[in-house]
Amino acid sequence: MGESGCGKSVTWLAALGLLGSRARIGGEVRLEGRDLVGAPVAELERVRGRRIAMIFQDPSSSLNPVHRIGRQLGEALRLHRGLDGTAAEAEARRLLDRVHIADAQRRLGDYPHELSGGMNQRVMIAMALAGQPDLLVADEPTTALDATVQAQILELLGEIRRDSGMALVLISHDLGVVAENTDRVCVMYAGRVVEDAPIDTVFEAPAHPYTRGLLAALPELDGPRRVLTPIAGVVPDPWNLPTGCSFAPRCDRRIEACESAPPMPTEKAADHRVACIRA
Amino acid sequence: MLRYLAGRLLRAVLTIFLVVTFAFFVLHLSGDPAMMILSADAPPESIKAFREAWGLDRPLWVQYAAYIVHALQGDLGNSMRDGRPAMQLVLERVPATLAITVPAFALKLLIGIPAGIYAALHRNSLADRLTMMVSVAGFTVPSFVLALVLVLVFSVQLGWLPSAGSDQSTSAILPIVTLGVAGAAILARFTRSAMLEVLGQPYIRAASAKGLQWRKVVVEHALPNAAIPTTTIVGFMVGTLIAGAVVVESVFAWPGIGRLLVSAVSNRDLAVVQAILLLVAATMVTANIVVDIAYGWLDPRLRRGGKSDR
Repeated sequence: MGESGCGKSVTWLAALGLLGSRARIGGEVRLEGRDLVGAPVAELERVRGRRIAMIFQDPSSSLNPVHRIGRQLGEALRLHRGLDGTAAEAEARRLLDRVHIADAQRRLGDYPHELSGGMNQRVMIAMALAGQPDLLVADEPTTALDATVQAQILELLGEIRRDSGMALVLISHDLGVVAENTDRVCVMYAGRVVEDAPIDTVFEAPAHPYTRGLLAALPELDGPRRVLTPIAGVVPDPWNLPTGCSFAPRCDRRIEACESAPPMPTEKAADHRVACIRA
Repeated sequence: MLRYLAGRLLRAVLTIFLVVTFAFFVLHLSGDPAMMILSADAPPESIKAFREAWGLDRPLWVQYAAYIVHALQGDLGNSMRDGRPAMQLVLERVPATLAITVPAFALKLLIGIPAGIYAALHRNSLADRLTMMVSVAGFTVPSFVLALVLVLVFSVQLGWLPSAGSDQSTSAILPIVTLGVAGAAILARFTRSAMLEVLGQPYIRAASAKGLQWRKVVVEHALPNAAIPTTTIVGFMVGTLIAGAVVVESVFAWPGIGRLLVSAVSNRDLAVVQAILLLVAATMVTANIVVDIAYGWLDPRLRRGGKSDR
């Protein structure tokens, strides 16, 4: 969770090596002990879609406009499951049923522009399921969709997660979406994870001043009307980050030491890590 | 689809009619064929006789009506120079022109498209910059300059190829290369930018995220989409197969349509110029229709009469 531009999507694109050959990636991404950073392309290609699948913000432009839905699904099925011909078609139909697309047989022959945004996101999810991945990374899967469709897609993701045991990473800037659909949250600010804890802990006992600021800016449904408290200042530009803690310039608990070096995440309580020397 | 095609054909006929009309008036108002063909100091009686013989003494609108009526019957008039039917004269030249424009067209496709794709896939690399530098040079240098440089190198210095004419089997090489280089340069730039545009699209990243090999992402997802804008320029090049070689044919003394056009214009050989323009307009219009049909085939979003229920 974090605001636009804080590095949520980039983190996952970097993990899967999807940022292009000119991006320089540091740190490490461990999948069963293997580091994916700097792994050969062929190895990454075996991870993508099969171990870790990803769906994106704008479903309508994430599907190729010149290929039929059936062909795009079939491509994933051939790649990950070795299915072809009628077997692939039957499985594609089953997957569309699985994501609750009515009249699956006919939809296989449709092009993306013939479907709504919500339907296209369902197709993207079906395509992600084709590889039977262990982990699905959903990058703001509902941002481009209207509110009712948003709820349906989140419902569907939850259902699939419960049924298949597949893990779900939900990238979002929406506190409500995060609260309702996840067990654990990593709050990001200016490219770093600043707080990492089970969802209840974050909402009940936020430790990082940024997380607290976010929650303080939320209106309450019940209770008296009150003036919302915004976080003062703006996010620093990524090419002009402060030397110390990136949040320090906006932080009301700042001390001199905050400006010397970026704070490392430390265990504040069991299963609760915070990157703040004042927390 | 049939209704759409009928509409397109009707518009095509209208376009050709407008071209013919426009050309008729411009040519008839811009100079006197009698003066040009007989020379200005010919005796007045011969000039008068020439005008009467070709009907040039009649009012312009009468000449125009007569021309259209005859044209509709397939008669485009005779050349004022050698009296033979204009269309026959023009059609005789078509094979010579096609003999250089068709191989040049193939050269454009074979060099331009792969170069553009390669440059886009290696954006900002040395190869990309070199390709684009050569490409800019290729289409900014006028074709007659390139033609002269090629003649200087391959005919004068090295003596490998003839500098002009059509009497040897190797005569066509320099005209083909001259035409091909400029076209390939334009096509390379166009293909590169179309490719770059497509490579930046979310569906390319999504296809990679699916686990597809990069080669397959390029071949199966990027190329079919980049083909759509590239078709426009390729279609335009098809349209210039007949009359795109005027300058090059003149430089290399190649006996094609281009040279016939130049001499017919300077002689005010009206029927011949008209016949060439008609042929050019027809090729252009046909190429346009073919491009439109190709669009529908390449891009399902443009198909008419498709399913539209959402």
